[in-house]
Amino acid sequence: MNLRRLRAVSRKEFIQIARDPRSLGMAIAIPMLLLLLFGYALTLDVDNVPLVVWDQDGTHESREFISRFTGSPYFSLYRYVENYRDIESAVDAGKALAGLVIPRGFAGRTGSGRKADVQLILDGSDSNTATLAAGYAEAVTLIYSQETVAANFRCLGGVEPLPPLDVRTRVWYNPDLDSKNYIIPGLIAVIMSIIAALLTSLTVAREWERGTMEQLISTPVKVPELVLGKLIPYFTIGLFDVLMAVLMGEFLFQVPLRGNVALLFVMAAVFLSGALSLGMLISIVTKNQLLASQVAIVSTFLPSFLLSGFMYPISTMPQVVQSITYIIPARYFVALLKGIYLKGVGLDILFFEAGLLLLFGCVIVITANVKFRKLLE
Amino acid sequence: MDKEQGKTAVSVENLERRFGDFVAVDRISFSVASGEIFGFLGPNGAGKSTTIRMLCGILAPTGGTGTVAGFDIRSQPEFIKTRIGYMSQKFSLYEDLTVEENINFYSGIYRIPANRKRERKEWVIEMADLTEHRSSLTGVLASGWKQRLALGCAVLHEPPVIFLDEPTSGVDPVSRRRFWDLIYELSGSGVTVFVTTHYMDEAEYCDRLGLIYRGELIASGAPEKLKTELMREDVLEVHCDKPHEAMELIAAMPGVKEAALFGRGLHVVTDKGEQVLRDLQATLPAKGFAVERIEPVAASLEDVFVSLVENRDREEEPQREVRR
Repeated sequence: MNLRRLRAVSRKEFIQIARDPRSLGMAIAIPMLLLLLFGYALTLDVDNVPLVVWDQDGTHESREFISRFTGSPYFSLYRYVENYRDIESAVDAGKALAGLVIPRGFAGRTGSGRKADVQLILDGSDSNTATLAAGYAEAVTLIYSQETVAANFRCLGGVEPLPPLDVRTRVWYNPDLDSKNYIIPGLIAVIMSIIAALLTSLTVAREWERGTMEQLISTPVKVPELVLGKLIPYFTIGLFDVLMAVLMGEFLFQVPLRGNVALLFVMAAVFLSGALSLGMLISIVTKNQLLASQVAIVSTFLPSFLLSGFMYPISTMPQVVQSITYIIPARYFVALLKGIYLKGVGLDILFFEAGLLLLFGCVIVITANVKFRKLLE
Repeated sequence: MDKEQGKTAVSVENLERRFGDFVAVDRISFSVASGEIFGFLGPNGAGKSTTIRMLCGILAPTGGTGTVAGFDIRSQPEFIKTRIGYMSQKFSLYEDLTVEENINFYSGIYRIPANRKRERKEWVIEMADLTEHRSSLTGVLASGWKQRLALGCAVLHEPPVIFLDEPTSGVDPVSRRRFWDLIYELSGSGVTVFVTTHYMDEAEYCDRLGLIYRGELIASGAPEKLKTELMREDVLEVHCDKPHEAMELIAAMPGVKEAALFGRGLHVVTDKGEQVLRDLQATLPAKGFAVERIEPVAASLEDVFVSLVENRDREEEPQREVRR
């Protein structure tokens, strides 16, 4: 390894990247765009479920009950209707995801301490949302019932009965259960896996396609000088992308960063070395820009999205799939970022992920060097 | 640079390269002396580029042995790469880099010492006549300039041996002539030049030639030697009107091995020069061709090459029929 040659290669790469502002712009804009897009769209919280209401009772009590729904952040009133057909058409058209029907005599029954039934209709075509909405509705109803019972007791001059059991829930790391708090850190990891592989997937293939590689391999330049020299500029871009993502997380999404920022960037650097080398390895093996970029996307996008633990927890996956996730580097980066962001933990907890990420990086860098042959075929 | 004359710069023995069933280079043997301009002449697809790539250590031979600048082409390709300059057939510098940036890049790759960097760069720019274009993107240069820049980058590190693969293809005649002046200049300073071409006039500029056809080296030697010793037939030059039609007539005449357009006239290759000369003088006017002159001429390299190729094809013909 000669430093002058390394410098010559990376300087040349830097110049070429700078001469191609469109690609450079994309290398920086695409991750930010994806983060914006997914950060806002990929919310797993269910709130503002549009609710259609048929209030058959039309009393002060029924309106009070309805306001418990519409006043909560989880439901928003779509409209009042007067029959089932309108509920049906509102749900069919997707205007409402839930329908609430309050029968005649609601106020009378609740006021006199008798049981009153209310009906909740849910759009089960989105089962996740339906389940969550049902849960919210039950909670709203339960609270209302308890208050009604308590009020009735007070009216009768009695003592409020205490519920026999009370669950005191404490949510750690994400007390507001705000899904963006765990989506954004994972998303940064996923986006960087895709972008990093994509960034370098063209660099070697382009030289083969343009014929410049033939000249280069006739010189005494060494393979590690070429591989590392080409990695350095993309590494810089990758780190810049991470920086932008972290800044967006901080100021745009207001995701709390509890852990050590320096550790975050060190881990990002380790991850980038491996992910960028993976793109380069693909480029080295395929020698074709189109093929390389496609392989880079396919081999990073789905695995990092589905199998990294970003969307679905790995512990709930079938055993076979769980073992597959071990070879997906994004898995470790997702775990690291979530750990640093949400739990604020350090290497003492994350050494397993950090170690495997480092191992992955080393293996890929070495493979890329071995696969790069200064020979025509 | 290697000034030692008489030493061998390139030497190969039974060098072979197969691509599957196809034999691109078929057990060729030759050697090139230090300081020589050795021309590799042959049609497209004859195996010129394949040979040159094997010599540069960027393509592994499937058979045979060889040395370049004293290093083995099979076991020491990386040593060879420090001692050679290579200019591939396709322009292969970075078109999105400027002239200077390309030179700086290769200057770094070849580790030109810091105190010589500037001098070598100026030498290349001046040699390639690119003073006004030093900050231009290489992609926008005319092909003559590109070729000279490519040559400059290939000799930045002053290698004792340079390999030029069809350096002047697609370059205008004036630039071609200039390019050959540069080759002479380099050769004059002791550099061994191995150059492939399919231009016959360029072949004449070489000290020695190797004629390659269908992967085989069919002849080698100085151009003069090839023209005098290898040409067994006589060549008659015919100047008449309608040469195209006359060619068909002449080709069918007894004793004529070949008739081909050459410049404004025709070159007729025959074993029996004097008899065919008389026949032509009688036949052509009789068939209504206005004959300007018919005379025996010295064989050109093209005649030699065509004649050798035809003989080779004739020898192989019966074999091929048997194979079918």
